[in-house]
Amino acid sequence: MNALGEAFRAALASLNAHRLRSFLTTLGILIGTMAVIAVVSVLQGFSDSIRDQFSDLGSNSLTLDAVNDQENFRTGRINRLDFEDIDALRYRVPGVKEVAPIIAANLGAVTWRSRNVTPQILGATEEAQVVLGTATRQGRFLTASDDQGGRRVVVIGVDVRDELKMPKDPIGEFLLIGREWFKVVGVLEKRGEIFGFSQDNRVMIPFSVARSLTGTFDKPFMEVSFTVDDISQVAQVKARATRVIRASRNIQPGAEDDFEIQAADSFLKQFNQITATATAVLAGIVGISLLVGGIGIMNIMLVSVTERTREIGILKALGATRRDILTQFLLEAALLSLLGGLIGIVLGLLVGMGIAAAIPNFPPANVPIWVMLAAAGFSALVGVVFGIAPASKAASLDPIEALRYE
Amino acid sequence: MIELKGIVKRYVLGEETVLALAGVDLFIGRNEYVALIGPSGSGKSTLMNILGCLDSPTEGQYILNGRDTSSLRDDELAAVRNREIGFVFQSFHLLPRQTALQNVMQPLMYRRMPAAERRERAERALAGVGLGDRLDHRPNQLSGGQRQRVAVARALVGEPSILLADEPTGNLDSRTSAEIMALFDALHGAGQTVVVVTHEPDIAAHTRRTIRVLDGRIVEDRPNTARAA
Repeated sequence: MNALGEAFRAALASLNAHRLRSFLTTLGILIGTMAVIAVVSVLQGFSDSIRDQFSDLGSNSLTLDAVNDQENFRTGRINRLDFEDIDALRYRVPGVKEVAPIIAANLGAVTWRSRNVTPQILGATEEAQVVLGTATRQGRFLTASDDQGGRRVVVIGVDVRDELKMPKDPIGEFLLIGREWFKVVGVLEKRGEIFGFSQDNRVMIPFSVARSLTGTFDKPFMEVSFTVDDISQVAQVKARATRVIRASRNIQPGAEDDFEIQAADSFLKQFNQITATATAVLAGIVGISLLVGGIGIMNIMLVSVTERTREIGILKALGATRRDILTQFLLEAALLSLLGGLIGIVLGLLVGMGIAAAIPNFPPANVPIWVMLAAAGFSALVGVVFGIAPASKAASLDPIEALRYE
Repeated sequence: MIELKGIVKRYVLGEETVLALAGVDLFIGRNEYVALIGPSGSGKSTLMNILGCLDSPTEGQYILNGRDTSSLRDDELAAVRNREIGFVFQSFHLLPRQTALQNVMQPLMYRRMPAAERRERAERALAGVGLGDRLDHRPNQLSGGQRQRVAVARALVGEPSILLADEPTGNLDSRTSAEIMALFDALHGAGQTVVVVTHEPDIAAHTRRTIRVLDGRIVEDRPNTARAA
């Protein structure tokens, strides 16, 4: 330990003797590490905030929707869910708790006084509040009796209220949606943006109303979210639901499903996959820059070995073994590279925070500790790997030749 | 304790083979004070390198303290140099970035000796050559004579069997040379075995035995009777 400490001090002293050169040599490593930390910090902050927004969807909730391949889109024969599928899910699958179907209702503009907007118009049931976590900030959400009675009531997002320049408390006002009047009974809680799209530019009306008003369309676009009684039974319920829906959609045995049941967290999984891929690609690019930095270190270490040939000869005459010399130069290369890496990490953090702060609404930067440790470790490793050639050149010098070197 | 038997050293230079040592037999006992003299190209330097375990002979045996070193590997030779040989060079060969104390501590580091003990021994060695007050000076802050005394301290700190000095006064003026030779005389007086390689007769005259090398052979080996002042 003591000897190692001394070797560290010696290596630092010899780097210190050529400060400018050491700094320039390690600049490649510095910039590479800075780039990786900056990019990871921004990416990580971004994905943290996405994850937070998705976590609203409880992990015991599943979604059912129709799937379409390219052929369907080309021919225009788009698969949609049927109302029978929803009933089948609701009444014939044991273990399903709440079913919250959503209709995308293309009813056109929403008008209040002389202004109009075209938000997303969704038909939903009472269950949406629990299953999708759509809470209201003012007034109330849609109820089962709204649905049964076919009441023309609407819950609006804050963006709709603001764009229509409605009063802060719009409860009791009447909106014209398509050709029908709806009474505002609630305002949805603000949800913010995902991928830059506002989640507040929407209105929700009772499912039955949406269904009857879109009746002119053969099959409206629907998606169904549902929860299960027992979270540990998610996989079984999913399998059961798949069987029931296949029957309800008359899918022949052996034919592929034309629908999909996903756990809510599979969005998260997909997203995590995307971030992982992006990180891997970045790591590759940064790997190349560290490679270049490593070659710089190797180059200058070779120069240094030549310059210090006589010193190496002296050390050998004093009894240094090959291993002593090898260790000394490897340590120097590793330390050089590690110092570059450490400075790079600090600068990278600053750059990442700067980027996050400069872009409005961008989530704050965040770097996991392990990434920083890995970056430091990797930069030291680069030093060791690229230090091997110069260090072994130094170690294998002939002492007599080295002593005679001018 | 030093015994050379039929030492031959050949170098291959391109297509030519140079015979640097053509069969040298030599015995140097404990506490001898020997001068190795000869013109340049005589093989004197090669002989010194072999004595210092910096080089291995092509043929023959070198027995140092009862141990045959002719067949040792690189790292074993390094260990022998570290423990048995103390080198003093013509141009001092101190490490420029290190203080006098660090220079003297350096060889002990290769023995994995604890720092406190190294420091203590190095301080003692420097005090022994009269530089107890120059511990933290770097070589460029010291005079030539002082630098050579640091080098002597470094050579002695490991308590070697042989002090091997290669033209130790070659870069010094005559007054400083006399100081360094007086130091060697004192060390010999204290029981140290000293081998000095030189081409100056008055330096050789300090010793008790003169060995003359010419064309790779020992041509003269005589005790010094008269001592120069």
